[in-house]
Amino acid sequence: MTPARAGILLAAPALGAIAVFFVIPVAVALALSLTDFDIYALADIANLRFIGLRNYFELLSTPLFWRALGNTLYFTGLGVPLSIAASLGAALLLSSRLARARGLLRTALFAPVVTTLVAVAIIWRYLLHTRYGLINYGLGRLGIAPIDWLGDPRTAMPAIIIFTIWKSFGYNMVIFLAALQTIPETLYEAASLDGAGAWARFRHVTLPMLGPTLLLVSILTMAGFFQLFAEPYVMTQGGPAQSTVSVLYFMYEQGFKWWNLGMASAVAFVLFLMMFAVTLLQMAIARKVAPP
Amino acid sequence: MRRSLPTLAVNGTLWLIAAFTLFPLVWMASVSLMTPGEASTYPPPLWPAHATLENYRELFFHGRMGRHFLNSLGIAIAATLLSLTFNVSAGYAFAKLKFPGRTRIQQVMVGALVIPAQVAMLPLFLMLKTMGLVNTPAGVLVPWLAGVFSIFLVRQHAATVPDEILEAARLDGAGEIRIFLQIVLPLLTPILVTLAVFTFLGAWNDFLWPLIVLNDGNLYTLPVALASLSREHVQDSEMMMAGSVVTVLPVLILFLVLQRFYLQGMTSGAVKG
Repeated sequence: MTPARAGILLAAPALGAIAVFFVIPVAVALALSLTDFDIYALADIANLRFIGLRNYFELLSTPLFWRALGNTLYFTGLGVPLSIAASLGAALLLSSRLARARGLLRTALFAPVVTTLVAVAIIWRYLLHTRYGLINYGLGRLGIAPIDWLGDPRTAMPAIIIFTIWKSFGYNMVIFLAALQTIPETLYEAASLDGAGAWARFRHVTLPMLGPTLLLVSILTMAGFFQLFAEPYVMTQGGPAQSTVSVLYFMYEQGFKWWNLGMASAVAFVLFLMMFAVTLLQMAIARKVAPP
Repeated sequence: MRRSLPTLAVNGTLWLIAAFTLFPLVWMASVSLMTPGEASTYPPPLWPAHATLENYRELFFHGRMGRHFLNSLGIAIAATLLSLTFNVSAGYAFAKLKFPGRTRIQQVMVGALVIPAQVAMLPLFLMLKTMGLVNTPAGVLVPWLAGVFSIFLVRQHAATVPDEILEAARLDGAGEIRIFLQIVLPLLTPILVTLAVFTFLGAWNDFLWPLIVLNDGNLYTLPVALASLSREHVQDSEMMMAGSVVTVLPVLILFLVLQRFYLQGMTSGAVKG
């Protein structure tokens, strides 16, 4: 067998699986979003009609969709910068020459990342409990009145953001740690000789050297945050007052609770376009800040 | 060892963060050993007055936790084996075997990375429905067959296998498949372990897709079962914590044992970007 034939033979199963179970479904999703596929079509495909862009127009006039969009942007807009700042801060501390027991601490800080989202969301639901939660107990000791974290529309999303940062900051921390190791020590020494303090060294050496990693991390983190689903599903069920309904949660309910699969496909594409647009925006900003 | 103020500040902050990340997990284990109702008192207790395994007994003997555990284990193992079979051979092919269209296909695959998996979920569900795979473990496994990320992970490492070794084997008359199985695979062992850990953890922790595909409670994986239990048993915090321990502990242990491979896999692709 020639190497070329072997290559085709070895690549074919995976490519076939990706084509059948990903590429074709994505194409079908686009077609589906232009139909009124609902529970009647699910029973008998003859009930299916092509309706053009009507699903998309209908979405634009659905208040809950706008709510979900706003909630998701709130979650992402606040959560991503905070999460990246936490990751970078932890990575800087861990890579400091003063830090001891680094391996142990890195494992401890990373541990939440590998845990099961649903399980730890349940833990946090109890930690955030208004009456018996340890968080309110701790705040009470500081003289702060109990907060109805998951029952108040103003605090439910911030609570989910805090939880998500706890769960995920370790991931980017490890990526930053690896990137920090690639910055040559001589750059810091030169900066110190020029009289740069700790902040100036961070601002003018660390940050520019981390540039590409920072861009990659923010794109990937943003994509992850846009896919908010299990947290509201487990912790708030979208409430209170729909303050934690995310785009994906909305899609899940449209698709698998009400069986409006045409409408749900349109939601999926809007989510995709949104993520795509934000990614392009980030790349444009990166080019502006640090031209290649 | 100098005990300067900055040293104290750096290490103190790090241990504070570690306490923040570990506390919920320790607290989960502690509450899971409390007697029912004990956690719902004020002030909230940190440790059980009398540690008991009652909640675990309840989950395994009256509930179906044992079944859910086996479901999760079976799906995670099957997903790992499938992913290794499909992705490793493809990764090697893309790295070392020139076949027509290879570059083009790789470009398309990079492009496909920007499409979130959720876009494919609705049609995939309909497709599996017509194939009779909805509400079966096979339906849960379908998305784990092959993945672009996994293929690239393998490709990146397979590219470091020296061409001379492959050429020498060819000159000795070894067939391509034999070269792959007997020469390349052993060289790729570390990345195979990495891919296996990634897939196992991913499949074990996955929630949305099994939630969509499975509707028979007997087939639920642990996360789906836990989410549904938590909606029924909002008040039983001790039992829910026991369920969380059963779900989280296996992946936590697996990570602790194999973390070298996990972290290597994460950073090898990411830093190069």
